[in-house]
Amino acid sequence: MNRRNLEEKIFLGLMIASILVVIGSLFLIVAVVVFNGVPSLSIEILTQTSEGKFYLGGGGGFLNAIVGSLLLALPATGLAFLISIAIALYLQKDFLKSRTSNFIRLCLDILWGVPSVVYGVFCLAIVIALGVTRQSILLGIIALTLLEIPIITRSIDESIKMVPAGLKESAYSLGSTKFEMSIKVVRKQAMPGIIAGVLLGFGRGIGDAASILLTVGDSNYFPSSINDQTAALPTMILNLVGMPDEVVQNKAYAVAFVLLVIVLLISIITRYLTKKSSKHIIK
Amino acid sequence: MNKSINNQIETNNLNVTYHNNHVLKNIDIKIPAKQLTAIIGPSGCGKTTLLKSFNRLLEIQDDVKIHGKIIVDGINIMSGGLNVPDIRKKMGLISQKPYPLPMSIFENVAYGLRIHHDKNAKELAEAVQNCLQEVGLWNEVKDRLHDPASRLSVGQQQRLCLARAIAIQPEVILCDEPTSALDPIAAQQIEKLLLRLKEEYTVILVTHTLRQAKRVADYVIFLYFGKVFEQGPADEVFNHPKTPEMKAYLGGEIS
Repeated sequence: MNRRNLEEKIFLGLMIASILVVIGSLFLIVAVVVFNGVPSLSIEILTQTSEGKFYLGGGGGFLNAIVGSLLLALPATGLAFLISIAIALYLQKDFLKSRTSNFIRLCLDILWGVPSVVYGVFCLAIVIALGVTRQSILLGIIALTLLEIPIITRSIDESIKMVPAGLKESAYSLGSTKFEMSIKVVRKQAMPGIIAGVLLGFGRGIGDAASILLTVGDSNYFPSSINDQTAALPTMILNLVGMPDEVVQNKAYAVAFVLLVIVLLISIITRYLTKKSSKHIIK
Repeated sequence: MNKSINNQIETNNLNVTYHNNHVLKNIDIKIPAKQLTAIIGPSGCGKTTLLKSFNRLLEIQDDVKIHGKIIVDGINIMSGGLNVPDIRKKMGLISQKPYPLPMSIFENVAYGLRIHHDKNAKELAEAVQNCLQEVGLWNEVKDRLHDPASRLSVGQQQRLCLARAIAIQPEVILCDEPTSALDPIAAQQIEKLLLRLKEEYTVILVTHTLRQAKRVADYVIFLYFGKVFEQGPADEVFNHPKTPEMKAYLGGEIS
């Protein structure tokens, strides 16, 4: 009895310790970013582009990188979502045999694990083969879309798999086609999971440096077309940290802080949408 | 009492195999139109499988093999080239646990009307009201038609499912133990409804309670280990069972 009690206590202790490590890391990251970044923040830095001597300790800001990141991540997430929802709905038993869909799931999981720099190199290699040698926002959007598709697809797929068979049967019994059943019933039931999947993809997309490092190039100005190069928040952090001046390095934390705030804002919006969309969910 | 019976559904040598499990064996049955037919038998004997074969709901599962004929209104629904949603549209399904669609009460009933008919808003509202009245739900929900259907009680949800099914004017109503998840009062409401609905529809009721079958059935099919042991008018089957299995089941020896 004593040994079992001890076992229980040790196990409980391990679980609590694990949670503390994770939550602690989160707070530590936020604290470091806020502590180092907030002093560097100013209206100027948030509303100006980095033309001039921003990287050299001079004036200017990084609004062009904020705009650049949003111009990359928002369209990429939108595109990835459209493709992912189609794949995820098609992976269900209604359309494919389990063996086939499980094989596709395995492929997607492998793609999920592919390092993002590989997506960047891949996109670059393809456009070079096509004769285009310029880096651009378009190329970055394509790289990010590819990066996000396996993430969004698999999380939507998992939430759609949870839709009760009885609900699908109900929809079929009313004479629904597979398409109607998927779009009008399954989609509604799985909506919270779908939104969460899209957020996951967006978070990965906007924060990823490696895939856009090779594909979007850099710029000190606002992009004026989809063929322009652009700055983006993650790559700007890399550039700033690499500078020898400590004042400039601290600007990297300011950029990181803004990136955190964007992700946080998106999370809050998602929470709200998730709650709103679960109103009709059948348990 | 030899009135000619119009058969709504007939099966001919129907065999169903699930993952190499022979669930239904050589089923030959006739189900009369506009009557209440009860499919009875111990659990695991294939009642639900038989019911779901009538609207081709079995094939959404993996690894199901179906052989034989299922004739609905003179057409073999197992033959190729038929539009499956059209077959299913003829048969409403009420399942063991009610599954309202993830939308409002109104939209649940309107769902089938929207996908099959082109009604304007006013016609739609009227049709929804009629269906809800027919299942005795209108007075309970008329002030909260746009609330989520999931907020209704289980008994109300089951009646909503019935309203949703009759909205698309099926010919047959398939019921898979529709009262087993309900409290006695809600169960009684459903039973009464089914008795009324058989005037207009062919009702097929899978039930594991013998008493319920005795109360409501006009026609009975007794399944045991995937085979039909008896079928016929209710009083004949219940009062003059021919097979020892049926006698044992009626005597409560197998359940």
